Amino acid sequence: MLEVSGLRVSYGGINAVKGIDLAVRAGEMVTLIGANGAGKTTTLKALTGLIRPAAGSVRYNGAEMTGVALHRRIGMGIALVPEGRGIFPRLTVEENLGMGAYCRNDRDGIRGDCERVYALFPRLAERRSQTGGTLSGGEQQMLAIGRAMMSRPRLLLLDEPSMGLAPLMVQKIFETIRAIAADGVTILLVEQNAKLALEICQRGYVMESGEIILHDNAPNLLANPQVRRAYLGEPS
Amino acid sequence: MDIFLQQIINGLTLGSVYAIVALGYTMVYGIIQLINFAHGEVVMIGAMVAFTVIGWLAANTALPPLAIVLIGTIAAIPVCVAVGYALEVFAYRRLRHAPRLAPLITAIGASIVLQQIAMMIWSRNPLAFPQIIPNTVYAVGGATITLVQLAIIITSVAMMIGLTLVVYRTRLGVAMRAASQNAPIAGLMGVNVNGVIAATFMIGAALAAVAGVMVGTYYGIAHYTMGALLGLKAFCAAVLGGIGNLAGAMLGGMLLGIVEALGAGYIGDFTNNVFGSNYQDVFAFLVLIAVLVFRPSGLLGERIGERA
Repeated sequence: MLEVSGLRVSYGGINAVKGIDLAVRAGEMVTLIGANGAGKTTTLKALTGLIRPAAGSVRYNGAEMTGVALHRRIGMGIALVPEGRGIFPRLTVEENLGMGAYCRNDRDGIRGDCERVYALFPRLAERRSQTGGTLSGGEQQMLAIGRAMMSRPRLLLLDEPSMGLAPLMVQKIFETIRAIAADGVTILLVEQNAKLALEICQRGYVMESGEIILHDNAPNLLANPQVRRAYLGEPS
Repeated sequence: MDIFLQQIINGLTLGSVYAIVALGYTMVYGIIQLINFAHGEVVMIGAMVAFTVIGWLAANTALPPLAIVLIGTIAAIPVCVAVGYALEVFAYRRLRHAPRLAPLITAIGASIVLQQIAMMIWSRNPLAFPQIIPNTVYAVGGATITLVQLAIIITSVAMMIGLTLVVYRTRLGVAMRAASQNAPIAGLMGVNVNGVIAATFMIGAALAAVAGVMVGTYYGIAHYTMGALLGLKAFCAAVLGGIGNLAGAMLGGMLLGIVEALGAGYIGDFTNNVFGSNYQDVFAFLVLIAVLVFRPSGLLGERIGERA
């Protein structure tokens, strides 16, 4: 579904991503783990068109994506839950969800999906006419995920959904991600919480200083001594 | 005659125009944090185009005055919209990610260019704006209101309501607000951000066109430099209300108009006629200074976290 080859991204002379290859097959849950500053977020931004890669190709269902305008991508079935949630702080919860469905024009379908999000996250239903900026971090994360689902994506990219959240909330968010995947949405999850990510995903890529240093199925990565030392907090 | 009430009426008239022009400043600022200093010139172009059309129609047809003014306005709107679009595309778009001083200087440059073009087309002399609307006067309390004043106030309020509905009730409006709060994420959601920014300029320019017709009709004069002071005052109004805030621009415009009118009405009395009503223009800038000193974010402006 998603094939990345030789992707390079640089910011003002600094190579943040140094030519990576990565693939996600339809129906898979894949995670990209790595330490802070490894280039994970930059990779996702390049995949979604938020930044222009310096070189390499990003193919989605066989079509080259690097030249496709940012606002046309969501209609192709790609949605991102961005780093830091990216909620519109002065739009209401309802309007934020509506923005997720901006690319659609089936009014009834949108209405129904909105209710589905509210059923999934009753907290959002309670706060539907509050502005996004007044929500707690966890609620904002729910809103960001709900908003991404409003476009009915086939490929969902998530950037650090556990960041800054209380453990209970993290659990809730990860359960939701698993449920979304069970509905047939392909998932690429970027996480610093490597253990959680590897537990729910089938495969994982490990990123370090802009390069992918390991790539295996999740159980193998969880058992890999190098991963355990570097990312799972095991004493060396 | 009740001077106080009279000056309030005059102030509301002027304030309506300021508010409409201020909306153009504040919408553009809200979405790309740019002060479009050429906006006053768009008002001037609107007045000039309307001047030409109204003058021609008044001389060559027997249409009723109201229809003539309406046609003049309808002719001015597309011209101003085109100018607003051109400003965005040619002057500002390339500088969207440049340091903030660059687009600001470009705006001043664009303003000079537009003035000079207008001077070449319509002459450097003040033009007598056709006064075709009958000077009907109505008594209100101890004061009077003219038909033109009434028309200006009603038209302005209608446009403010219309704009508010567009911004808060339409798909374009929600896209505008989303793009102003987080443009990249709005793009990710499928909003064509460049398109929305261009639409913002065009809406502001359409309002400016109507404002141009209103000032021209009110003062009975049009001149290629008329946009500069008007634009600057409307900018003061936008800052007074809190730049980036729609309701703020409306409130700021109205307040500024009233302050100016009352100031002009009473400055003679307060200064023993040392200063006369020709000092009217000073008040807008006094208000601007006061706002910047005491409440830099404006009356309705608030500094809330941009990134949630």
